Parts: sequence; C-alpha cells; structure tokens
Amino acid sequence: MKKTFKGLYLALIVFFLYLPIFTLMVLSFNEGKTMNAWVGFSLKWYEEMFNNRQIMEALGNTFTIAFWSATIATIVGTIACIGINAMGEKKKSIIMGLNNIPLLNADIVIGISLMLTFLMFGISLNYGTVLFSHITFCLPYVILSVMPKFKQLQNLTYEAALDLGATPVYAFFKVVLPDIMPGIISGFLLAFTMSVDDFVITHFTRGAGINTISTLIYSQVKVGIRPTLYALSTVIFVIVLVVLIAINIMSNKKKEKNI
Amino acid sequence: MGKYPAEFLKIKMPLIELIDISKSYDGETVLDEFNLKIKENEFITLLGPSGCGKTTTLRILGGFVTPDTGKVIYQGKDITNLAPNKRPLNTVFQKYALFPNMNIAENIAFGLKISGKSKEYIDDKIKYALKLVNLNGYEKRSVDSLSGGQQQRIAIARAIVNEPKVLLLDEPLGALDLKLRQEMQYELIRLKKELGITFLYVTHDQEEALTMSDKVVVMNQGYIQQMGTPEQIYNEPENAFVADFIGDSNIIDGVMMEDRVVKICNHIFPCIDEGFGRNKPVDVVIRPEDIIIGKPGEGTIDGVVTSNVFIGVHYEMCIQAGGFEWLAQNTTSYPVGTHVSMRVVPDNIQIMNKPQSEDEEAMALDE
Repeated sequence: MKKTFKGLYLALIVFFLYLPIFTLMVLSFNEGKTMNAWVGFSLKWYEEMFNNRQIMEALGNTFTIAFWSATIATIVGTIACIGINAMGEKKKSIIMGLNNIPLLNADIVIGISLMLTFLMFGISLNYGTVLFSHITFCLPYVILSVMPKFKQLQNLTYEAALDLGATPVYAFFKVVLPDIMPGIISGFLLAFTMSVDDFVITHFTRGAGINTISTLIYSQVKVGIRPTLYALSTVIFVIVLVVLIAINIMSNKKKEKNI
Repeated sequence: MGKYPAEFLKIKMPLIELIDISKSYDGETVLDEFNLKIKENEFITLLGPSGCGKTTTLRILGGFVTPDTGKVIYQGKDITNLAPNKRPLNTVFQKYALFPNMNIAENIAFGLKISGKSKEYIDDKIKYALKLVNLNGYEKRSVDSLSGGQQQRIAIARAIVNEPKVLLLDEPLGALDLKLRQEMQYELIRLKKELGITFLYVTHDQEEALTMSDKVVVMNQGYIQQMGTPEQIYNEPENAFVADFIGDSNIIDGVMMEDRVVKICNHIFPCIDEGFGRNKPVDVVIRPEDIIIGKPGEGTIDGVVTSNVFIGVHYEMCIQAGGFEWLAQNTTSYPVGTHVSMRVVPDNIQIMNKPQSEDEEAMALDE
C-alpha cells in the first residue's frame, strides 16, 4: 500500500513536470496549424524553421551571446575571486554583500537601469549592449560559485607550492586552478543557462535590429504563434537534454577513475 | 686561530638568526623582540600553548609572514623580504597540503621539476624519498587513497627531496592518533639522523618536544620562557610557566632560609640551590614522581590522602599537607584517608625566583 502510494506520487510529479514539454513536442510534429487537434505526422514545421532566416539568426544570437558572456564572466569572476580571497574578513564580507544584491534584484530593474545607462552615455543599443548586459548579470553567479572553492582551499596548497619554489603564477595554474576548476565549470554553466534563459534584460537592451529566441517568440506571440516555434523549442530542449546527459556521464566516469 | 679561519667561522656562525623580530596582528602583539639562533644540524623545537607565537615564527622563516620589525639572517645574508619560493627552506605543513590533482610521484616531483632537474634524477629521488618514509611503490597512488599518517609522510618526502638546509615542521603530527604519532616521532628522529639537516619543529605537545629535540624553546605570549636541552627544561624549569607547562608539577610558595635550606609549608626541606640570599620568598617546583611517600612521622611533612586515581603505570594521589594539596605519583596505592608522610631528595627540589613585577608574572602564568 505504502509502496504503491509512493510510486503514484512520484509518477504524478513527473507527469506534471513533463506533460507540457511533451505536449509541445507532439504538437511540433502535427501537420495542422491548430493547437488542439492532431491532423497527422509531419516534419514541415522543422523544415520551415531551418529555412526561416529570422529564427536562425535569433538562435545564433542566443548561443553566441550565452557562450561569450559566460566565458568572459567566468574569467573576470575568477580573477575577482582571487582578489576577494586575499582581502581581510571585513572587506570580504562587504564585497560579497555587494555581489549578492544584483542576484536578488528584479530583472526588470536591472534591464531598465542598464538601458538608461547605455542611453545616457550615448551608446546605441545593439548586439554589444546585450552581450555587455549579460556579462554584468552573470558575473555575481560566477563569483558565488567560485568563491566557496577558494574558501575550501584555505591557501594551504598555494603556500605549499610557493614553499617548494614555485612562482605565484606557476603555483596558481598548477595547483590553485585545478582545485577550483569544479567551481569554475559550474559557474560557467550557470552563467550560460542564465544567459540563454534571459528575456527581460535582453528585451530592454537589445535595440531594434537584434533578436534572441526569447524576444523573437515574444514578438510573435502578438501576431499569433506558428508551430515553427514549437519545433524550435523542441530542438532547444533536446540539445539541452543531450548536453546534460553528456556532462553527467563524463563526471561519473571521472569519479570512477578517482576511486 | 689563524690556522683554520674558514672552519672557525663556519662553526661560530649560526645557520639562521632571528634578530629582534616583532609582529602584531590588529594591534595584538604575537612576537615581541624575539631572538633565536639556530645551529646547523640541530633538532630544535618551539614549544608553547596556542597563540604563543610559535607558528608565526615558523611562517616568518618560511616567508609567508613579514615581520613588522627585525631581521631574518640566513648564512649571514638578510632574507627578511625574500619571497617564499626563493628561500632555501622547505616546510611540512600541519594539514599536509598535498596537491589533490596530482598523484604521489607528481607531488614529490613538484619542487624538483621547478628547479629543472633531469627526469632520471627526479625518478631516482622519488624512489629514494619513498623508501626513506617507508612507502615503497606508492608512486601512482592518488592522494585521497592514503591515510593521514601516509599523507604526512608523503608531505615530508615532498619537502626533503629538494635537499633543504632546514626543514620547517608545523605541528606535523597534530592530526594523527596517539599510536601513529609515537611511531612518527621515531621516524622523524631516524630521518633527521639519516639526512643530517636542521629540523625546526613547532608543537604544543610537550612529550613530542622532549622526545625528539636536541634543543627545546619554550614560548609564551611571544616571549621565550626558557631554552635548553629536554633534560634541562624538565629538571630545571626557570619559571612557574615552564614548570607548569612541561609535565605535572607542584609549584609551592617557599622561603629560602639560607643556602641549601628551603622552608615549604612551615617545614624545612634540604635542597641544593645556593645564592638566593636569606629569608627570600621563592617558588619551589617538585615533580609528583619525586615525592617519596612513607608512614606518618618518617618523612619531612605529614598529610592525608584526599584522592587516588590509577592512571596506568602508577597511582596519582592528592595529599593534603601543611595547607597545600600536593600531587604525588607512586606505584603503591595509598587509599583515600590514609595518613602518610612525604619527603623529597634534595636534588629533586627546584628553586625558582619569584616573578619581580606583575608584568613578568602575567608573562609567565597567562596562557
């Protein structure tokens, strides 16, 4: 009895979690244009998607912005962590507090204030401003995930390396970096997903010409969504799923190797 | 003297000299005009309670802390501001600080690779070092797969392959259990003999200090309390702090009546100390194992046993006598309530000057 209830409960949760995505995937293969009737299997929406220049451009923008903003934020954030780590306890907690405020801030506030700042300095909104904005809001996430690794480190191995004759730079790359790598990777992934996910900030800083997937879908909602966008969503979901599975398998293999 | 001037200088000159080193953190003084000379091939231990400045001293030597004032002299050269990676010393850290992303061989090879040694040389050295610390064949193991004691031995191996003139050891056995700690003590003494280098050891464990050292430096509150061989430190503590910190002891108020006679608890004890003057108040140290217990009236002072605990080799008893509770150790048990007498061989009574000022007293007694 208890066991069946447990199973049922789990099934319900999984069902409600994945039902919407499943519905979307099914509809992306629907021949008809309606949202509520199955007409027949077809790949025509996928064909339309790949031939739609607007969608392809938005897709490209989304992932290049995500990649570059995550990469730059990760490098800048890691360097910042080195500095913060070297500070005294009091300064450190002040800086970490300052770092945490943007995390709690509403996206819309960040978006509008960034837009106003760009306009005030006479910078026209384009790809660059979106990229810059994404780096800005990704940075705190990177710092938040790298900093604990520095705390674990406690400078012990760094000092040991210096003691054995390593220069500070050599010690950093040989000893510190491998130790904080898990934090850097998770910081990068976090920044990447935050960037792909973002709509509000992009919306305010993108200017006229440029679209990401989220802003494109938003603009099309107004004129009525075509199933092409279901196909697009399905493709993105599958890509994310594959990447996730790959990362999991890789980290499992690494664990086995260590044992 | 003109015959061997070079050799003469070599013997005369200490390997390391700390001159007037002071260091404070946030206004709190950790070291106050600290002076220490370390000779070549010495096993020297800095011993003291936590916060006494012993680890700071070690870190100043390693180059991780810059003193506020004072100089660090190594073989006649001022190295006070030299970066840690340029110093001819290596450290064994309290928490091992092995590199988890490298295997054991890579860990040991770290310093050798930096100094640009050939691959054959490095491989030979790794083998030699692992043999020295009794971990043959551990080259390919990962750091995580080793126990605490093994990791500590690798940390030692990693330091000694670089052939430092001085090995700094920061409470290296602190994280190990008692049995392993004792084994490692013998291991360290053996290593020291085989390598013939200077060991500077930091610990708060008095037993460790007494077992291994040629010279013990007892520290408290940034001052050196006493410096000497383990025997000197144990048998002739210079002040109440040292007597209290090293082993158990009875520290009793006494009055030096004249040379070789001291009055404790209104009883006259013969002793061997001279030169304190007449009727001078002093501190008297008597080790519990030096108290000879006998039948009432047979000793110098009579008393009553107030507690009795078996602690392994012997019984530890408190004896109330002359208004003072004496701590005594004996292999014979005297039950609580027994009337006994006590006497002490004159040799085993250690007389110390009372601290002159309040400041000095605080220095000696406070943790």
